[in-house]
Amino acid sequence: MTLSFLIYKVILVLIIFAITLLVATYSTYAERKIAAFLQDRIGPDRAGPFGILQPLADAVKMFMKEEMIPSVSNRMLFIIGPGVCMLTACMTGVVIPWGPSMNIGGTEYPLQITDLNIGILYLFGVISLGVYGIMIGGWASNNKFSLLGAIRASSQMISYEVAMGLSIIALVMTTGTLSLGQIAADQPGAHWNVFIQPLGFLIFIICAFAETNRAPFDLPECETELVGGYHTEYSSMKLGFFLFAEYINMFISSAVISTFYFGGYNMPFIARFVHDPNWLAVLGFVFLFTKISFFIFVFMWVRWTLPRFRYDQLMNLGWKVLIPLSILNLVVTGGWMMRMEIYHFFIK
Amino acid sequence: MQALTNRSKVVAKKEMTFIEKLYLPAIFSGMIITFKHFFRRKPTIKYPEQIRPFSGVYRGQHVLKRDEIGAERCTACGLCAVACPAEAITMTSAERKPGEEGLYREEKYAATYEINMLRCIFCGDCEDACPKEAIFLTDRKVDSLYTRKEFVYGKNILVESKENPISLVKRQTPQVKEFKHHVEFAHNQTYDKQKKVKNSSH
Repeated sequence: MTLSFLIYKVILVLIIFAITLLVATYSTYAERKIAAFLQDRIGPDRAGPFGILQPLADAVKMFMKEEMIPSVSNRMLFIIGPGVCMLTACMTGVVIPWGPSMNIGGTEYPLQITDLNIGILYLFGVISLGVYGIMIGGWASNNKFSLLGAIRASSQMISYEVAMGLSIIALVMTTGTLSLGQIAADQPGAHWNVFIQPLGFLIFIICAFAETNRAPFDLPECETELVGGYHTEYSSMKLGFFLFAEYINMFISSAVISTFYFGGYNMPFIARFVHDPNWLAVLGFVFLFTKISFFIFVFMWVRWTLPRFRYDQLMNLGWKVLIPLSILNLVVTGGWMMRMEIYHFFIK
Repeated sequence: MQALTNRSKVVAKKEMTFIEKLYLPAIFSGMIITFKHFFRRKPTIKYPEQIRPFSGVYRGQHVLKRDEIGAERCTACGLCAVACPAEAITMTSAERKPGEEGLYREEKYAATYEINMLRCIFCGDCEDACPKEAIFLTDRKVDSLYTRKEFVYGKNILVESKENPISLVKRQTPQVKEFKHHVEFAHNQTYDKQKKVKNSSH
């Protein structure tokens, strides 16, 4: 643990943090543009060329708005809520491998803040903490719509985390590791996990939609039923934090999907053309971001295509369809891995 | 019982097949539809930079025309005010002094002439009623203003300036002029023309 190592890690943390915020900022712009284009409109185009500066204008608006704290609310929890949401959203980026290791002057510089050997557990732990922000915010508002939104959010998250966890267990069985760096490294070229675990991927991406509270699972904040859901009483940058946390979650979810199922920073055939590890690292970073951008686009594409679920349909899908399917996936995966043993057992 | 038409259809609530119950094919086809819309040409018109052309006979802000030598045509007869269904037009008349022949065409002229643009419904009846071809609606829009008072347009806004007269070429096409020869609009013609129309109609 040298000083240079510490400095490197601090710089890496700051860079990842800045990139996360930048991507989330421009996701709001991308969302508005994509929504507009899918609906035959043009979207924001007044601030700068093609409306490129729209996020800045939005941020200024958010900061300038009047700060409202309802007098009947629990003041402290009301302020903590969006903070928790934002904090947990930013914490998840720590374990994601953003590229293969760089090699400068004989020392290895991994492009991953920390390669925990229980990375998946950490990821799930932090993601499930995210619901506390929503729950606290909704509860502290002392408003029935906020509370309904918060309750919906928590029960939805709990329901879909089960299926998500089970689909990941199947993945862990095939990869044999809980470390995200290892999972990414185990998928060189085109040996992506999505070809080994297609059903697991499908379940995972559906659950990811539900976990990030995105349409068609945006029941916690459905404006047609609950005014605004858990953030009804929020204004100014506290509202901005809630909305922003959703976009960060979307970015991280896309990164996780890319890492788990689509090879992370790996790309087919790249090892044939590039041999320098530093170039490989840079290219890996670019590939990962291409994949992430694609999945962010899919998130938005789905949102502007599908209508919202009814709440009972949501629960039906979660408990009666996805969980049995993920258990089936688990059993089939286990059976396939143990096929030789089973074969010998029955032959003998 | 015999059906009245052959258009009736038997509605059956049939069971969904397994593929349909999966919903995934339907979701994908829906996503393909929205993806196609992504590349469609957008019908948006970016308004302040891009303005759709108005129809030549669009009924917008009024103009009080001058004649060939630049004298005001309006003689303050009040027919436009009578014709106005919204009662938006008011005027006061005055007598032309000797030496003002270059300013006013007739012996009587409008000292003040006001149209309340908030009352006006832009029907164009004043234009039809005018015997002197003095008032016309144009394809200009009435500005957005801050107070109600400002919407009462006086002669300073309504009368066209001598330097840049308002063109009525699109509005006064030969067809329109021909139409005005109709006996119903005969009052719009000058006196001898009116006689011709009357003679021809008898």
